[in-house]
Formats: sequence, C-alpha cells, structure tokens
Amino acid sequence: MAVKTEKKVLGMERETFRQLMGKYGVSLIMVVMIIAIAIYNPRFLSGTNLINVITQVSINGMLAFGMCLCITIGGIDLTVGAQLALVGVIMGQVITNSGMPVIVGVLVGVGMATLFGFINGFFIAKFNMFPFVVTLSMQLVIRGAAQVISGGRAITFDATVKNMYYGKFLGIPYPILALIVVFILMYIMFHWMKLGRYILAVGGNANAAVASGVNEMKIRIICHTLSGLLAGIAGVIMAAKTGTGQSNIGVSYETDAVAAAVIGGTSFAGGIATMPGVMIGILIVGFIYNGINMIGIDANWQSIIRGLVIIATVMLDMAINGKNRK
Amino acid sequence: MNNKDEYIFECEGISKAFGGTQALSDVQLHVKKGEVLALLGENGAGKSTLMKAVIGLHQPDTGTMTFDGKPYSAKGPVDAMKAGISMIHQELNPEPYLTIAESIFLNREDMRGIILDKKKQNKRAQEILDQFDFPYPATTLMGKLTLAQMQMVEIIKAVSCDARMVIMDEPTSSLDSEETNHLFKTIRDLKARGVAIIYISHRMEEIFEICDSVAVFRDGTYVGARSMDGVTRDELISMMVGRQVKNVFPKVDCEIGETVFKVEGLTGEGFEDISFEVHKGEILGLTGLVGSGRSETMRAIFGLDKLTSGKMYLEGQEITIKNPKDAIKKGICMVNEDRKNYGLCLFRSIRENISLPNLPAKQKGLLLNQKREKRECAEVAKKLTVKAASIEHNAFSLSGGNQQKVVIAKWIMANPKVLILDEPTRGVDVGAKSEIHSLMCEFAAKGMAIIMISSELPEIMGMSDRLLIYHEGKLNGEVSRQEILSGAATQEVILTKEFGQK
Repeated sequence: MAVKTEKKVLGMERETFRQLMGKYGVSLIMVVMIIAIAIYNPRFLSGTNLINVITQVSINGMLAFGMCLCITIGGIDLTVGAQLALVGVIMGQVITNSGMPVIVGVLVGVGMATLFGFINGFFIAKFNMFPFVVTLSMQLVIRGAAQVISGGRAITFDATVKNMYYGKFLGIPYPILALIVVFILMYIMFHWMKLGRYILAVGGNANAAVASGVNEMKIRIICHTLSGLLAGIAGVIMAAKTGTGQSNIGVSYETDAVAAAVIGGTSFAGGIATMPGVMIGILIVGFIYNGINMIGIDANWQSIIRGLVIIATVMLDMAINGKNRK
Repeated sequence: MNNKDEYIFECEGISKAFGGTQALSDVQLHVKKGEVLALLGENGAGKSTLMKAVIGLHQPDTGTMTFDGKPYSAKGPVDAMKAGISMIHQELNPEPYLTIAESIFLNREDMRGIILDKKKQNKRAQEILDQFDFPYPATTLMGKLTLAQMQMVEIIKAVSCDARMVIMDEPTSSLDSEETNHLFKTIRDLKARGVAIIYISHRMEEIFEICDSVAVFRDGTYVGARSMDGVTRDELISMMVGRQVKNVFPKVDCEIGETVFKVEGLTGEGFEDISFEVHKGEILGLTGLVGSGRSETMRAIFGLDKLTSGKMYLEGQEITIKNPKDAIKKGICMVNEDRKNYGLCLFRSIRENISLPNLPAKQKGLLLNQKREKRECAEVAKKLTVKAASIEHNAFSLSGGNQQKVVIAKWIMANPKVLILDEPTRGVDVGAKSEIHSLMCEFAAKGMAIIMISSELPEIMGMSDRLLIYHEGKLNGEVSRQEILSGAATQEVILTKEFGQK
C-alpha cells in the first residue's frame, strides 16, 4: 500500500512541513513576540536589556531543562522550587556559618539536590508511583529539610558568593555562560547520545522501549537525578543572586519551568521534546516577564497575562504543528 | 400463540468492513426461543464481530435484524439490554468496590426521590440471588468474588433486566470443571425460563454437552447451521475449514542446518512443559487457538514475562534470559503481536524506531555515529520496501503494513540468530503480507532460525517447515512440511489437534 497521499503545503509534503514546523515553529513565535514588544518599546532590544533578560532566565533555564526530561518520560518534577531553597541554606550553613570554602558549599548543596532527585526517581521507577504524587510529597520534605537546616533564619553570603551571579567573563555574566554550557551539554546528551534516544523511547512507548532492550527503570531514575542536579546548579545561582540562603525562596518556580518546557514543544503525552525548543521556551518566558514591564502593564495584571500568553503560545504552536503536540 | 419453535432473533444479510478488511459478508443467524445455539468458527471467522453488531458495539454496513418479531437495532449495549439482549463478555470488568446489589442495579438504581433506596435495592437483589442459589449476600463487594461468581452475577444481572437472549463469549475459558458444571446448570435454568442463549466456545465437548444447535462461520461468512442431534465433530470441523483455500505462499525450501535454539520443559503463566528445537534456516510454525499459550511461551523466552521452570539452550550453551535486553544481546529477537504497544514509538521517526535496539552498535565513543545510523536505517528500510517519503517521518504516518515492516526492520538490523514473529501479518494488507512472507524466506536462507506464530491456518501451513500445535497450554502434536505437502496433514487434522484431540 502506498503512503497516504497528502496535500502539499508551501510546496513541501505535509509530513515534511509538519516536522519542519515542529523544529522551527516556536522560533517563529518568539520572533513575532520580539518584534511586537520592540514596536511598543524599542529599548527592549538594547544590549543591556537583552543581557539582563538572559541573566534572569538562567535560573528558570536550568530548571526547565530538567523539567523537560521528566515531562518527556511522562512525568513531572514538582520539587525544583524547594530544591532552590535547600541548596541556598546548605550553602549558608557550610560557607557562612562554618567558614568553609565556597566550592565545598557549592558541591555539598548541588550534591544534596542531586541525591533528592535520585530519591524521586527511585520511588517513581522502583515502586511505579505517580511522579506527580511523589514529587508533590518530596517537595514538602525538601522544603522542610531546608527549614530544619536553617532554623527558619535567612543566612547572608559575602561578596565571593554574590560574584557568581554578578561577575562577568569577557563581558558576559557568569549565569549566561552557565546556561550556555548546560544547553550545549543537554543538547549533546539528548540528541547525539544513546541516552537521549532511550529517554524519548521510554516516554513515547515504555513497553516498546523495554521490548527493544531499554532499561526503563534506569532511564527514569537518570532523568529525575539530572533534574535534581540541574535544580542544584540553579540553587547556586539563586543563592548568589539573592545573597541569602533561606528556606522560603523558590516557591512556585516549577510553574515557569513547566511553562518553558511546554512552550518549547515538550509534550505532556511523553516522548516528544527537543532541547533547542526548550531553550527558546526559556527565552519566551523571560520575554513575557520583561515585555510586560517594557510595555508598562500594571504589575497586578502580570500573573494573568503570563498565564494567558502561555496558553496562547501553546495553542498557536499546536495549530501549526497538528498532531505532534498534546 | 407462543409456538416453541418461533424464532426470537433473526438477522439477514449482515455485512461489516473495517477499512479494507471484510469482517462479515452477508451473514445470517436464526435463534429460537429457549434454545442454546453454539457459534463455531476459527479465530477471526467473524463470530465476535457479529455478536458485537448484535449488541450495538459495531454498526453493520448492511442487513436487517429482528428481535421478538419486531425490527431491531442497537446503538450500544445499553440499548440492546433495554430491548432484551445481554452479552456476557469473556473478559469481565467488574467494579471491585461495588456490592453485588449495586452492580446488578447499576444505572437503574432504586430511588426514593433523588436518594438511593439501598434497602429496597438490596432486598430485590437478594431475591434474585436466592433464585439462583447464589452463596453470598447481596451486600458483598464484587472484589471478593471469584471470576466464576462474577460471571454468575453478570448472568443474574442480565436475567434481572428481563433479557430474553443472552450471549456468552467463551464463558468457560477461565472456569474449572466444577464451576463449568454450575454454569451449565444455570444455562439449563435460563433455557427453562425461555431465554435464548448464544454460546461461543472453542471447546467441542461443551458444545456437544450444552447446545441444541450450532451455526458455523468461516472467514466472515455464514457456512450453515445444524441441530446438535446427529452432527459429528468431524462434520463440524470440515464445515469450519471448508474447501482448501487457494492461498499461494512464496515458501522457498532452504537448507536446514544444525540446532540453533532449544527449549526443555518451559513452564510459565499460560503454558506448561513446552519443549522444542529450531534449526538454522528453518521456519518453525506455532499454531493453536487464541489463548492456547503460543504467544505466552514466546513472550517468556524473550524475557517479557517470567518463566517458572525450564531450560533454554542457544547453540548448545545453556542460557538464562531475565529481560528483553538479555535476549537481544544473545541474538534472540521478537516481533510482538501487539504492534502498537510493544512494537513502535508511533510519534518518533522511522529511523529512531529502527535503530532503537541497535544503538549500542552505533556508538562512536560516547556519541552516536548519526551518519552511519542514517545510512544503515535507510538501507534496511529500502530492503524491506518500507513505503515512506523519508525515514525521518513519524511511524504514525505509515500504513499498518509499513509499520510492521519497520518493526521487522529493527530486528533485522540486529541480525539475530533466532527471530520470533508473533502474528507478523495481522492487520497487514495483502501486498505487504506476501512481501513479509518473502522476507522471512530470505532470512531463513541466510541461516536465521525463525519461529512464527499465526492463527491463520493456511498461512502457517504454507510457511512452516515444521508446525507445532498448542492446545490449552501444552503441545499437542507436530506436523512436518512433507505431511502438509503430501496432504496427510490437512487443515482438518491440524484443527482437530487444536481442539484437543491427539
């Protein structure tokens, strides 16, 4: 039987067009968005503003890459916000209160976040529990741990820690460099390595993946562990940015991470995602925040507009993409 | 007025096509009041499709039905039940947290205003249960009952809805002999009340024991009906098989070499004490009725299900397989009968699907050699004539036959020693079917050992060098290609073995 005869779109076969738009559709939306904001306020396109936006999205960026992995395997990671708090207070205890070198604080903090990510994955994969339930509960445990560690007090950092956010290399702020490095590593892992294919296969059809020799449990644990690791790195940037470690920061940060992943084409049905897509999703979320300020919308309206813009973006992308998205 | 020979249900000229497949063509059925009518036919003969059309799960393309002298049609099971026809499905889906009474009166609860009248409902349910000597009170939770008891509740529910015709699809498939006897007693009770019963079963003994007449189906057509008085088992089997189907299979005989794979006394869920061996270049056919343990055995060999005992030898070495990863590493691959669930990631590209089990071989250091992957996937897709504009397109965009070729392609790329194909041509159009058959011969010629499962007798007889026949989880005979070619092993002979005779 022949391939279903399909209508041509812009001189391309429909399937080819669909896959092209799957790759570049979101970029198109971003460009339109940039132009629209710039028309309202040309200052949006100034170098200072753009560097500002990207520095600010670096925290959400780390979280979004991890979130993308968890959503791709058909789950979610709701612990990322609490992880930010945990890393901050651990760093506070180790660096400020115990006087140990910054690097030790960073390693212990990131290490703990990674461990919690592993625990999430272990519960989900080993006991076949719903990721939503596991990470919703673990989020309480992690934030609770942060409260216990800090005793509920904010711990301030000195300039060496803050420099990790405000410092620059060749004129580029460190958080932007970190985001670029993480993006490149994630891209290689996801698109050039066996692991990425296995993640997509487990998310697309776990039974078929297992029947093709994939170790499903291992893949699920790896995804959540990586999400923990990336949340740990985000926690370090957050601590440097705010200059304090405290247990009540990072509340609802998972919302923006999910938004970036989903805008970037990550399907909640599982098995569909690209890293460049997520990167663009991260930028779009940043532009929404910044754009609202640039256009001069009342701060009280921000939340509503953010929510509606996210839905509109995903709907627009679905209309372009058809069946690729859910 | 109530003549006992009056037909309660009749249908004429029923046809139903799914896509290009004609599942039923011009089928008829006549059921008398108070009789037990057996439906008999091979797997896929159209029995279930017809029954689903009767209770409204399918809408027939053509044909008329009358029930109780009036024209009848149903939009769904609820409709059918209102009219007086109920079906007891083979797979029961009870709500474990409902009581028996709640289950019986689901969707027609006793109400007092907007409030449930549980007392009245329990009392009414108990009355009906007592009529059937049901051993539990109406307030028992469904989850506490055995399968046989749940089935009984389903039957009682049907009766309580005033069903005048009850369809039972393989009702004894999960019952033991005592439970079966109890079911038969109930069936006789129903008969005495004037309820007509359509009884689908593969078990000849039961049909002879409980049924009054039988209607035989083959390949979606109605062959004929007989009264059970005076009909013989052989006569029924030859009705089911019909004349020799003139299917041409491109089987090429190749040289059969040494033993590649051997199993001894394999036992697991659904099969028991299975021993066989398969040689280089050989196509070993496995046949038997659905649920006879063929697929279950192969799933366990491939590591998808657990083995409770038995040994496996690959090229003379004893092996153990814990999961499909082990099996693939050792060179045993399996094309699963369930393509959508175990075969493909539909929303990933053809290339990614083909290379999924073969990625370890395509590594260059830590990274994948994507150029090589693309080239090799394109080659194997071309060799298997997968019809797609590009291997970058989603598997979703392909037809069933081409999807199946993609599944086969991924295992061919793995270059296995033993290739298991479970229903490789199910849901595949005629052209792709014969291409898949040719490919199988080609692989065998290269020295692969092939194990093929098929429910379609002409296909499995046409393709196999040797044919093993399953009956209720055990092997019940072996037939060689010579016996098939010489006409000593006809479809009748094989089907008789499938039905359990030595």
